[in-house]
Amino acid sequence: MSSSAARPILEVRKLTKRFGTVEVLKGIDMVVAEREMVFLIGPSGSGKSTLLRCCNRLEEPTSGHVIVDGVDLMAPGTDINAMRRRIGMVFQQFNLYPHLTALGNVSLALRKVLKQSRAQADATARAALEQVGLAARAGAYPADLSGGQQQRVAIARALALEPTVMLFDEPTSALDPELVGSVLSAMRDMRAAGMTMVVVSHELRFAREAADRVVFLDHGQIVEEGPPSQVLGTPTSERARAFIADLLH
Amino acid sequence: MGGWERFVDTFFKPALIERYWPAILDGMWVTIQIAAAVVVTGLALGLLLAVIRAYRIRPLTWAIILCVDVLRALPPLVLILLAYFGLPNIGILLSAFTVLWLVLSAVLAAFTEEIVWAGITSIRKGQWDAARSTGFGFTGALIFVVLPQAIRLAIPPLTNRTIAITKNTALGSVIGVAEILNRATTAQSVEGNATPLAMAAIAYCLLFVPVVIAGRWIETRFGWRRA
Ligand SMILES: Nc1ncnc2c1ncn2[C@@H]1O[C@H](COP(=O)(O)OP(=O)(O)OP(=O)(O)O)[C@@H](O)[C@H]1O
Ligand SMILES: [Mg+2]
Repeated sequence: MSSSAARPILEVRKLTKRFGTVEVLKGIDMVVAEREMVFLIGPSGSGKSTLLRCCNRLEEPTSGHVIVDGVDLMAPGTDINAMRRRIGMVFQQFNLYPHLTALGNVSLALRKVLKQSRAQADATARAALEQVGLAARAGAYPADLSGGQQQRVAIARALALEPTVMLFDEPTSALDPELVGSVLSAMRDMRAAGMTMVVVSHELRFAREAADRVVFLDHGQIVEEGPPSQVLGTPTSERARAFIADLLH
Repeated sequence: MGGWERFVDTFFKPALIERYWPAILDGMWVTIQIAAAVVVTGLALGLLLAVIRAYRIRPLTWAIILCVDVLRALPPLVLILLAYFGLPNIGILLSAFTVLWLVLSAVLAAFTEEIVWAGITSIRKGQWDAARSTGFGFTGALIFVVLPQAIRLAIPPLTNRTIAITKNTALGSVIGVAEILNRATTAQSVEGNATPLAMAAIAYCLLFVPVVIAGRWIETRFGWRRA
């Protein structure tokens, strides 16, 4: 899958991030190719969320570059809002808009950012909800949806904008175990449809099955990366070994 | 004269009711006009100030906080007297009606700003993140995602505050705005009888009980559950 010919979609170059005096990311270099699914794992506080949030500049990198589909997000002339909608993001806490229905959540940016007509936006939003198996719940408010359904609406909200790449920050860790499967299967479908994805998650079984590559982050540095069988099966660094053993037991 | 007769004669003397109800009705009309004007300008201005504050531009924020705190701290009557008797000395001549309207609007705006601002700050950061990640700029995220939620949170305290402040239209009687209480106190001093005041009380009930009920309706209508 990650053949050398594949076009890079997300390039992270020498990325650093400091909060005050604490250096949370210490020079990250990472390239994600078109249609690739990269799993980002690492201990709590290792900087996974920060790295992901730097990839659409929700968090402002201290130095370095993030290049998405050839556009440097850090370049002064870049329209960051226009770029952000091409970078879908899914959050651990879903972050659905509680005052809007599922359909309203998905169509809001279509209408107000892309300035689509209501009819057009609704049609696009319905199609996106259909993709995640929630067409029937279009009229429901987030409070009336299960966690798994809420997260799938959040995925549809990102998908509706036809992103070039999708970022997932622990999409299933706020869910009851029995609801995890529905979200993973939506992600599986996206992968099958050729979406480029970066996933922070501790679902190692899913990583083994679906990921092209696993990146292990520790203390703000990439310690190890490679195919899932290698990083998860025979990790070389002591830290990765301990971390994975911990998760599996 | 028995106790009951005396009570009726003091508060509900038929001859006086007949004589003064047109005046009280006129007063009600004036009160309605001021109250409506105050509600519209006060809420709109307060909302605008809260939005401006959301941009966190230091000097503007400080100016807003200063004005809002002063307006909330001072008794409205002090402001009304200050404006009505002070402003002419610096060449600003305003009618009593205008002074009452401006002062109460400013006070309502101050409270509205605080309440809406509290609503804005209570919206979780994840809502901003979600909006920004779908391409909204700061203003878009504020208007389409954060404000609708903040305003819903603000509605119960805002209804209370709005009712409390519009009742202060009665303070206009002090500077001669011909609203309900002004008409009633004038009649009361002429007649030496409390009937006009009782009529005023009834007039206020007729005006504000529906407002209180409407407020309750708005609260339930716009109440919604958090996910
Ligand atoms: N806004 C912030 N201000 C200060 N420090 C922060 C901020 N956000 C994150 N940090 C710190 O940066 C470090 C990395 O945080 P981050 O959330 O990226 O870790 P993570 O790998 O996602 O952890 P987890 O698995 O717990 O989600 C932590 O030490 C955290 O305390
Ligand atoms: Mg995290």
